[in-house]
Amino acid sequence: MAAFHFELVSPEKHLFSGEVESVVAPGADGQFTVLKDHAPVMTTLKAGVVTVSGGEGKVEKLFVRGGFADVNASGFTILAEQAIPLSEIDVAKVDADIRNAREDISDAKSDDARLAASDKLAQLQELRAAIGG
Amino acid sequence: MPSLKDLRNRISSVKATQKITKAMQMVAAAKLRRAQSAAEAARPYAERMESVLANLASSVTAGGPPLLAGNGKDETHLLVVATAERGLCGAFNSSIVRLAREHIARLQDQGKTVKILCVGKKGFEQLRRQYERNIIEVIELRGVKQIGFDTADEIGKKIIRMFEEADFDVATLFFSRFKSVIAQIPTAQQLIPAQIPSNENAPAVEGPQASYEYEPGQDEILSTLLPRNISVQVFRALLENAASEQGARMSAMDNATRNAGDMIKKQTTIYNRSRQAMITKELIEIISGAEAL
Repeated sequence: MAAFHFELVSPEKHLFSGEVESVVAPGADGQFTVLKDHAPVMTTLKAGVVTVSGGEGKVEKLFVRGGFADVNASGFTILAEQAIPLSEIDVAKVDADIRNAREDISDAKSDDARLAASDKLAQLQELRAAIGG
Repeated sequence: MPSLKDLRNRISSVKATQKITKAMQMVAAAKLRRAQSAAEAARPYAERMESVLANLASSVTAGGPPLLAGNGKDETHLLVVATAERGLCGAFNSSIVRLAREHIARLQDQGKTVKILCVGKKGFEQLRRQYERNIIEVIELRGVKQIGFDTADEIGKKIIRMFEEADFDVATLFFSRFKSVIAQIPTAQQLIPAQIPSNENAPAVEGPQASYEYEPGQDEILSTLLPRNISVQVFRALLENAASEQGARMSAMDNATRNAGDMIKKQTTIYNRSRQAMITKELIEIISGAEAL
């Protein structure tokens, strides 16, 4: 399979840069896969897992918490709000965060606060599902 | 003529000061390395952001949202002045404040209203003397050890909220760009309306450009991208500032250490001379006393 250039950057870090064969990203309107010579697309991302296949069976999975994806002739760029390689995520901490988010929802005083809290919970649950186990 | 004891005291106090400045210099050097790598790590994101935004903005025709095109007025200016929390870093704080002050004076001459948002205590302390009435808020970053994106995002959201409430028309950010350890450039950058770098410098792709597909829609993307861009700019400014601050402190403390060294050398010479003079004087007294017998 032909390779193309992929970059994943978050504000704090440059996480991935290199030639890859395919990338699966969680678009706002559903997951999509980018291969070489994909038509130019710009889309927002929701929380989810980005799967990068780098050829020779090498697969890297990273969790992103929203952001933008930009596919153009020079390659594919993801501007993530936050991105963590799945291998670095602490399961216990995520579980604790989920509990906190649940409490936030029940404690929320206004609708806005409740909406924000349930957004956060949905993101965390997405993350939890991605790790599995 | 100071006594020998005075001179000794003076030398030891300068030595103590030298030890402190030396330690501060080394701490600053260590922090600088960290701050610099943080600033460099943030650069790719900001650059990609800019190119994506430039791409998007070039295809927007009719004005676009207020964050991009402004709200059509130019009356009230918001100045976000980012400085350090601590002093003893040479001219770092005052050069940012000087730039801001020049800007304020120019705006006030034109009869515009100026509002100031201070990020960092030192800038606030310096601006307070002259522009107390104009300062609307101070954000202190004292408790923040390593500047994360969340910190910048909060400031960015605050700015946007104020813009939406029509508290100001134009926002400018003041910070110090880190060029090297000895050179930091105070910089003013316009945040709202967003300044989009022209796309002409971007490498032009040969042949007909395929048209972009936007998901969900161009406007939706732009309206999430623009607020994000402001937070990113603030984040970048804070990181550049942090690196500049440590760089400035390092060179200031290096100077101070060297100065202290010179001073110790000078004082020691004076001390030795007057000690020798005293001994000679005593000898003369003894000899002339013996001769008189």
